[in-house]
Amino acid sequence: MPALLSWGRYPNFPQEQHSLAWRDTAESRWRSVRAEHGTTLAFGNGRSYGDSCLAASGHVVQTLALDRIIAADWENGVLRSEPGITLEQILQVAIPRGWMLPVTPGTKYATLGGAIANDVHGKNHHVRGTFGRHVRYFALARSDGTITECSPALNQELYAATIGGLGLTGLILWGEIQLMPILSSTIDVTSIRFANVDEFFTLSEALDAKHEYSVAWIDCQSRGPALGRGIFMLGDHAVDGSLEIARRRKRTMPLTPPVSLVNALTMRVFNEVYYRRQRKQTEHARVDYDSYFYPLDSLLEWNRIYGRPGFQQYQCVVPATAAQEATRAILEAISTSGSGSFLAVLKRCGNIKSPGLLSFPLEGTSLALDFPQRDEQNKHLFKTLDAIVHEAGGRLYPAKDAHMSGADFRAAYPQWQQLESLRDPAMLSRFWERIIGS
Amino acid sequence: MKNIVIIGATSAIAIACARQWGAQGARFCLLARNEERLQQVAADLTARGAQLAAYQRLDIDQLDAHAAVLAQCMAELGSIDIALVAPGTLPDQEACQKDAAVAVREFNTNAVSVIALLTPLANMLEAQGHGVLAVISSVAGDRGRPSNYLYGSAKAALSAFLEGLRARLFKAGVHVMTIKPGFVATPMTAGLPFPGPLVATVDRVAQDVIKATARKTNVLYTPWFWWGIMSVIRNVPQFLFKRASL
Repeated sequence: MPALLSWGRYPNFPQEQHSLAWRDTAESRWRSVRAEHGTTLAFGNGRSYGDSCLAASGHVVQTLALDRIIAADWENGVLRSEPGITLEQILQVAIPRGWMLPVTPGTKYATLGGAIANDVHGKNHHVRGTFGRHVRYFALARSDGTITECSPALNQELYAATIGGLGLTGLILWGEIQLMPILSSTIDVTSIRFANVDEFFTLSEALDAKHEYSVAWIDCQSRGPALGRGIFMLGDHAVDGSLEIARRRKRTMPLTPPVSLVNALTMRVFNEVYYRRQRKQTEHARVDYDSYFYPLDSLLEWNRIYGRPGFQQYQCVVPATAAQEATRAILEAISTSGSGSFLAVLKRCGNIKSPGLLSFPLEGTSLALDFPQRDEQNKHLFKTLDAIVHEAGGRLYPAKDAHMSGADFRAAYPQWQQLESLRDPAMLSRFWERIIGS
Repeated sequence: MKNIVIIGATSAIAIACARQWGAQGARFCLLARNEERLQQVAADLTARGAQLAAYQRLDIDQLDAHAAVLAQCMAELGSIDIALVAPGTLPDQEACQKDAAVAVREFNTNAVSVIALLTPLANMLEAQGHGVLAVISSVAGDRGRPSNYLYGSAKAALSAFLEGLRARLFKAGVHVMTIKPGFVATPMTAGLPFPGPLVATVDRVAQDVIKATARKTNVLYTPWFWWGIMSVIRNVPQFLFKRASL
């Protein structure tokens, strides 16, 4: 079996995988890995970017084969499944029956267990909150031999700690989620070009509340009066049309080039073309859900375009009061640095509270951006960005992180001590070791 | 809507096939040794669209139980469009060399028991006059390699048996397909030192099996490149083959 890396392929700590295949043997296998290697961590499909999905011991228990649906109630849209099922598999069974994930991140290759452990969010955070809000139940195995069923009303402490708990509270054996009814699998999209970041805030303020989905792509290299220009994309499920599973042709990135294919030149060309591609100020289209939610999934293993050194994603959220100013400052710092990539995403998060203890989103604005891994340059830039985020009272997303300081994390997530006290001693990630220890 | 019997229904390749058939609304009768796991697989297939997912415990090494269990399957389904036979273990070659009892037991499970099961199953399909009998053998049966010749010889016996059965049942309108997967990443093969680029996912193999079942392929190498690899390996002369460490 090949060793596993995180999605960003940085830091480069290959993980040896120990596959969990059946519910009746999962726990004993997990305990034997723990006994042999001290600690471990559950690993799904490896879509966390940094080191939060890497076990401190280098030995993970892999859950992908634990992907059986346990029960599906299609009358009420309730699905109970083992944790290794991917969101893609859930969509494949749910969509033809008129149900959709209530919250989906930008990849359908994440697993149910991963979605719970990272309390993922999506383009509809402003109306539905995080994934954790739609988790009705889950069963958590602990290394002391107990299995605890958790829900918003049952064992609330473990429920809250596990949602967004980065896999540290134990092994999720199954989860039950509430799906969202849809009438069509297509999305009506409105794209509006905006000339700078201030226009984004005006648009978002005026339009977010009226639409299910809202997100913006930003040209991270634009400067001056055009700083933060981009395309604002609103979406709603169409009310007529069919319920179909999208079947797009997929390509695979065939190899990992020695150096990143994303560089100042390719990025400039891409950003310019992408911004100019939209001719009119406002355009309307109807697209299938797959190309709307998961444009990057059509190139399998796209993370390899960043070459052997890998990449880091920088995702922060800044509270509403300071959002506009801080976002401008961050974009300025990035465009001055000349680094960045064409995957820059800006999104206004709503005020719906997550049940998760360490949930990432705040009411405010979230910015996500990929950076090819260049040690010195990233270190320098991230330091500047971290200072702006910290100053504005914001925080970084552990699921994407490979760099934040322990002090910043502990200040931004004061509940960390509660999670640490509930952490299962069998589970320890490189991320947790790093931010608790430093 | 197809009626499908799966023997060895808790194996990874069988599950992957069943999910794809299930999504098209198939009706299943699932057989395997572990009843708790059978129940889990059945629930999963039902949720994914199977119209029926009946299951029964079957230990393939209990030869005298075969006929009755298969008859119950037939009663449950009415007729059988596809029978997928996928039981098997991966023997520890070294243990087989040291202990004849282990060698015989493993050979029995992978060859004798399967042949025993195929006998009443083939007769049922012959009487019915239609259906596809898809049986998982292995590329390992094409040549006896020092690293796993016990497994290879069992699969060779099975492949030869299937070739004869195919010719016999052809006249009755029943198609027999021999499936020869190469290296597949499954729980059964976890921890084996497979060469990365040649390893296929179970979904890939399942897709091939489903297509080949519909097309009535005789011998399916999956993924396809194993046909090429094995045509070369089959023709390596003995004086070279015995010197290679395969």
